[in-house]
Amino acid sequence: MNALSTVDPLFTHGVNGWGVVVLIVAIKVLVGFGALMGSVTLMIWFERKAISDMQSRIGPQRWGPFGILQTLADGIKLFFKEDLVPAEADRFVFKLAPYLALVPAVITFAIVPVGGTLHIAGHVVMLQIANPPMGILLLLAMSGISVYGVMLAGWASGSKYPLISSVRASAQMISYEAALGITIVTIVLVTGSLSTHDIVTSQGHWIWHWNVIRLGVVPFIIFWMAITAELGRPPFDVVEADSELVGGFNTEYSSIRFALFYMAEFMNTITMSAIIVTLFFGGPAGWIPNISHLRWVFPIIWFVLKTVIFCFCYIWFRAALPRFRYDQVMDLGWKRLIPLSLGWMLIVAGFLLRPAYGFIMAAMVMIASIVLGRAFVLGQTRETGADAILPIVGQRPLPPEVLRSWSEREEE
Amino acid sequence: MLATTYAVPAILVFVTSALLILVGALGVISVKNPVHAAICLIMTLFGVAVAFVAQSADFLAAVQIIVYAGAIVVLFLFVIMFLGVDRNMQVSVEPLVGQRAFAGAGVVITVAGLITLMATSHWVTGATSVSGSALATGQGNVKQLGTAVFTTYLFAFEATAALLIIAVVGAVLLARRERATTNEEVSA
Repeated sequence: MNALSTVDPLFTHGVNGWGVVVLIVAIKVLVGFGALMGSVTLMIWFERKAISDMQSRIGPQRWGPFGILQTLADGIKLFFKEDLVPAEADRFVFKLAPYLALVPAVITFAIVPVGGTLHIAGHVVMLQIANPPMGILLLLAMSGISVYGVMLAGWASGSKYPLISSVRASAQMISYEAALGITIVTIVLVTGSLSTHDIVTSQGHWIWHWNVIRLGVVPFIIFWMAITAELGRPPFDVVEADSELVGGFNTEYSSIRFALFYMAEFMNTITMSAIIVTLFFGGPAGWIPNISHLRWVFPIIWFVLKTVIFCFCYIWFRAALPRFRYDQVMDLGWKRLIPLSLGWMLIVAGFLLRPAYGFIMAAMVMIASIVLGRAFVLGQTRETGADAILPIVGQRPLPPEVLRSWSEREEE
Repeated sequence: MLATTYAVPAILVFVTSALLILVGALGVISVKNPVHAAICLIMTLFGVAVAFVAQSADFLAAVQIIVYAGAIVVLFLFVIMFLGVDRNMQVSVEPLVGQRAFAGAGVVITVAGLITLMATSHWVTGATSVSGSALATGQGNVKQLGTAVFTTYLFAFEATAALLIIAVVGAVLLARRERATTNEEVSA
């Protein structure tokens, strides 16, 4: 026995059989990477096709049946475009940023269980690339890292709108990570383990055993909103709000670097859909018909089906919902989602110990929410906006002659 | 476990993490652009996380990335970008007279102290590695860590939480000034 075998049965005999075990791991990594890349191509096509249907347009149709090869054509086109680096840019960081966006998107998918277990050459193989003991914490770590791609891209462009975008990205990411983390704690409390494999197996086969029902629907809704905000997808796409910031952080990017950002965004969408399925919808769980040699296929089909449903929901959001204003994004994150997720986690923790504690905790959360609600009302009735925070200087808006004299003074 | 069974991978991991930590740390203090320094800091934090993983402290590694790399350095960058101090600083003039001499003396004393400590005494447990011990088995060491924090060190833990909350409330109080005058009074 060794430490690794407690989380993955593949390593029960150590890595002594270097050949077979290393080969299996390498195949898992290659197949996983290939499948993710392939599905990104399909996802871009799917999004463009679905959104054009929702907007009564035709959408891509030239390349391949139903335009399915459109992404490939776009990729080749982007590859051969001129690669520009702005004169004001910080060249090293400007070139580094797209990779910082892409790599976390790829790594996060490694902890998603896409199926049950297989027996290959006397080894038990889990159908997930890795099952590290830190498990679901890897998701939080990688979503924390992925913001650097956006932030540094915006800063390194040496341009105003991308800089605003990168400041927005950092603030938004910090705001929603707390709600995300607390919701994950709720799931970990019920599971008793951080490993994604355990989270999936503890959920059972039918929908009333899945976390979405077992925890009450609230954590699922909080998690979904928070993860959408972390992705920066509509309606939380203030980072690349095209009506305010041109293209946001990727305004100055062109050619293959732009393609990398684009790919990272869609890869993140797929990965987060898969994470939602893993955490709340039993992952690969579902009805399995009794066909002797094909039993392992059905969990994968269930997993893909559920993930596609969530990918479709993201496209649907983009078509249906208007973008939040930036202050609304902040309000929702700090004032609604964090208190709600914290209260719900306390209630779940109480019920896990003893139902009586659960009811006591629920009552306390009710009292706390009344106090909090009162605080919000008080906060809204007092002076808000810039005037309440900054010391007031003259009249607002400032008369033009005052502004002009200020700027002249600064030039001196 | 890896450390005892396979020497070569363990050494490779150690060298990688040590290089990440050292190169990053030297970069933080030698690079002139603050944003580049922040990127070097991220590199150091990653190196420390790798070292944690090598010692089977998975939870600490994850927290290292989530809290330090994922939140604190993001806030550093946020402030750097907001204040617009991302220019190359003029460092030839000393703001405080003699601060370089003091800094040099501080470095010498700290390094000497560390080397003496390492040479003469053991750290808390005296062990050079925790991987493979009873702590490292099972699902990482989350359970042991949680038990320790909520039983043995409960008071220290709660006191830290209270201190952090006080800091947050204080920051909000400082940032939020009551208005002395109203718009009407100014315009009148």
